[in-house]
Amino acid sequence: MTEKAQVRIGVNGRAYRVEVDTRTSLLDLLREGLDLTGTKKGCDHGQCGACTVLLDGRRVNACLVLAVAADGSEVTTVEGLASGDELSPIQSAFVECDAFQCGYCTPGQLCSAVGMLDEAKSGWPSAITDDLAESPVPELSAREIRERMSGNLCRCGAYVNIVEAVRRVAK
Amino acid sequence: MRPFTYARATTPDEAVDLYGEGSAYLGGGTNLVDLMRLGVALPSQLVDVTRLPYDRIEVDGDGLLIGATVRNSDLAAHAVVRERFPVLARAVLSGASGQIRNLATVGGNLLQRTRCSYFQDVTRPCNRRELGAGCSAREGDHHNLAIFGNTPECIATHPSDMAVALAALDANVVIHGRDEIPLDSLYGHDPVRNSTLEPGDLITHVRIPALDGMTGTYKKVRERASFAFALVSLAAAVDVKDGVIQDCRLALGGVAAKPWRARRAEAALRQAPATVPEFSRAADAELAGAEPLRGNAYKVDLARNLIVGTLSELAGAR
Repeated sequence: MTEKAQVRIGVNGRAYRVEVDTRTSLLDLLREGLDLTGTKKGCDHGQCGACTVLLDGRRVNACLVLAVAADGSEVTTVEGLASGDELSPIQSAFVECDAFQCGYCTPGQLCSAVGMLDEAKSGWPSAITDDLAESPVPELSAREIRERMSGNLCRCGAYVNIVEAVRRVAK
Repeated sequence: MRPFTYARATTPDEAVDLYGEGSAYLGGGTNLVDLMRLGVALPSQLVDVTRLPYDRIEVDGDGLLIGATVRNSDLAAHAVVRERFPVLARAVLSGASGQIRNLATVGGNLLQRTRCSYFQDVTRPCNRRELGAGCSAREGDHHNLAIFGNTPECIATHPSDMAVALAALDANVVIHGRDEIPLDSLYGHDPVRNSTLEPGDLITHVRIPALDGMTGTYKKVRERASFAFALVSLAAAVDVKDGVIQDCRLALGGVAAKPWRARRAEAALRQAPATVPEFSRAADAELAGAEPLRGNAYKVDLARNLIVGTLSELAGAR
């Protein structure tokens, strides 16, 4: 056995086969290995959400996933949200609502919102959902959006507009 | 990060065979990968157990058998968990963030390490990292550390919310090739060991017995409204008939190195009237055993208020 490994991974619909050091995070593979720098490195400890991507359709912190453990997976990054020049609904909503200032957390916010809206559509409750047995979960209130998006920090404090952007798409 | 080799197991026997000196099992990695990056965990080999066939939740009579590789988010979203064991669903949902819950596994959650800041800082002495080095927290900032079961060596808390609910639910932990053990025995009494498991022991399931007519909930007090570890949390379940408590389960989180089953309070509550004075008396009985430190005596009041408030809510008492 070696400390290198072959990884096959699909990113935004394109198949890659790369050799990685086993220590490489999915985040570093995306940014340094595949030159997909849209995904941002914030804290590198899973606390800020800047590195959020969709791994087999679910939002995760790419900094906490070892690239070698993601072998065989499909990843969607912020670069994969739009169709050509046509922005995805959440991207358009962020622009319309001015849901950012510096923009550094935005790729993570966008991917997290896509994953979160999917979770809500699947009827997943949150910690503040009153009746857990109720299904489907009622419409996403601003409070629910804040709870469900709490894994994404914005140090510019654009939260008010982020909540509004997510709410528009949730409707 | 120290170099390591990586192997992926597809059967439990293969996982145990692959496990050798310096190995660590890799679940979701949300704690382990971070500790490796911090230089706290230094495995020479990772054995990835996330693809073992333990990703199912089976309804077992009125109880549940939960696979160890079930992700936290799937556990909390499961219809039967939400309906019959809301205390568990709520505990899991109150932990971490949506992203982390999508990665974290049930087995890994039980075996995660304390978030004591000194444990995670390799520049500071810590008995949990190196027995005999000393405890930086005792004289340092310990506002978020333990009030029960402290030893001269360590005052750390167990960070899991899920485990607190499982403690209240009388859950058992199923270990490959061994008899299953009560959750309480998983944590034991050694001040610096993370669990009583032997190297290579592999958790395959968590078994939850029926909750016999009790209704339960999970309450968590923390320093921000979401995505923070508990200062104090409480998993509670009660069965009240004609204003009298027939049975109850209480487990506190954030107060000890393991989920703290409040057995003194439970004993005081059984067959007692479901009234606020009785809830206060029971909380006092439990908290009489607390040994708070200079910086965390507030947790005694917090735990008392949480017990009284939660029981009042569950029992509809005034």
